[in-house]
Amino acid sequence: MQRYNALSVLWGGLTGQKHWQQVWGRPEPKAHYDVIIVGGGGHGLATAYYLAKEHGIRNIAVLEKGWLGGGNAGRNTTIVRSNYMIEGNTEFYEHSLKLWENLSHELNYNVMFSQRAHVNLVFSPSQRDAMARRYNLMRLNGIDGDFWDPKELRRRIPHLNYDHGRFPILGAYVQPRAGTARHDAVNWGFARAATALGVDIIQGCEVTGFIHKAGAVVGVETNRGGVAGEILADKIGLAVAGHTSVLAHKAGLGKLPIETHKLQAYVSEPIKPIVDQVIVFGGIGHFYISQSDKGGMVFGGDLDKYNSYAQKGNLPVYENVMAACMQILPCLGRVKLLRQWAGVMDMSMDGSPFITKTDIPGLYLNAGWCYGGFKATPGSGHTFAHTIAKDEPHWANARLTLSRYREGRQIDETGHGPVAKLH
Amino acid sequence: MLRIPCPFCGTRDHTEFSYEGDATVVYPALDALEEEWFEAVFLRENLRGPHSEVWHHLYGCRSFLIVERDTLTHEIGGVRLAHQPTAEALMQGGTK
Repeated sequence: MQRYNALSVLWGGLTGQKHWQQVWGRPEPKAHYDVIIVGGGGHGLATAYYLAKEHGIRNIAVLEKGWLGGGNAGRNTTIVRSNYMIEGNTEFYEHSLKLWENLSHELNYNVMFSQRAHVNLVFSPSQRDAMARRYNLMRLNGIDGDFWDPKELRRRIPHLNYDHGRFPILGAYVQPRAGTARHDAVNWGFARAATALGVDIIQGCEVTGFIHKAGAVVGVETNRGGVAGEILADKIGLAVAGHTSVLAHKAGLGKLPIETHKLQAYVSEPIKPIVDQVIVFGGIGHFYISQSDKGGMVFGGDLDKYNSYAQKGNLPVYENVMAACMQILPCLGRVKLLRQWAGVMDMSMDGSPFITKTDIPGLYLNAGWCYGGFKATPGSGHTFAHTIAKDEPHWANARLTLSRYREGRQIDETGHGPVAKLH
Repeated sequence: MLRIPCPFCGTRDHTEFSYEGDATVVYPALDALEEEWFEAVFLRENLRGPHSEVWHHLYGCRSFLIVERDTLTHEIGGVRLAHQPTAEALMQGGTK
């Protein structure tokens, strides 16, 4: 792999930018792999990378039905945080955040991870108390958390609607180490680094079925057709959040604690720097916003709240999100929207994911990310790779099992109970 | 906007309704085995394509309706009352 560094940028500038090399190719699938990862989003690519890097498995394929990062990896609002309070989530997301902190160096690729702070606004004394509990628990677990009083908040984010009659801002709970990253760069960085370690990334290759032998999964059928359409593997990992149930049915896993829902996101025209954090208006409404390095305001809100595999959003939620935006940042009222889109997500029954072996030998599952999968990308890949390679979970994903629902150990961060659309 | 043809109120925006999920889930008897309860509470077919689901016409006639809707295209097929005895009573000329 050609290393990127300041000197190569300088040299490229002086020599007409002719030094760039292709970073991943278009390999034909082989007849057999040690491990196949289904899904070429961030989680799948990260899994392949860590399998090759940390577990010495080099004969790996990542199968992607569309193109790299064309699913939720390229559709999210790029927020990275670890402000969780329940065991299972706390250690996993903090593990992931620590991997983010060194990811650009790890991949030799600038993923533009910016620890600009995640700011949870509070609007009532009871909300402040509930948040205090969360952020105190985080601190006890070694995760950073802080409180900004109204004075400090006004100094750092002057444009918020502080004197709103209905939603007076009483302060904010903050995770200073949280922030944003460039989502495409994360996918490309992992794809480049995985390719350099010998991973085959095969795009336009849809898994249409599974090959079973003596109760185990031993390969996949793909849309490549004929003999070339069948690819055998010792181990197969699914990282296809949004479409997990579709593939699980094909693999014989049956029903899962998942409903597929869609979530919209929005980006405005680029404007001058106005918001230097990730701001969340939660509790009363549901709205989160940050500003990309290009200047676009990137924001989102609630799910559309009915089962859907359509990657298109509906207008009532659109209106709701804009209304929430106007409540806390009315200064954006005249800013034009540039784009709006939707992605489909695995909404799990307790709002938390699973990274686990399955009851079918040879089949491993990474799913249930709800709408918080982006921040988990490195942690998910790292622990899923460990689970696949060692046949046992990493300490960070040991509680993210499928069996927890049966055992009554749900990891229900928001306390909404087994209603997928509410998480 | 989804437009749901309510048998009582006519075709209305889906924002008048509350979505209650998969209509094929059957809740077991209270003393049924834990396994049956586990399946009813937590596991879902989560189909991509035709899907039977319950919508509650919360801001209308407050009826629970079973709507046949495609989860990929959002196309709505049939709509019927979820509560069978009520449907039968109405068929027989109303609730006296």
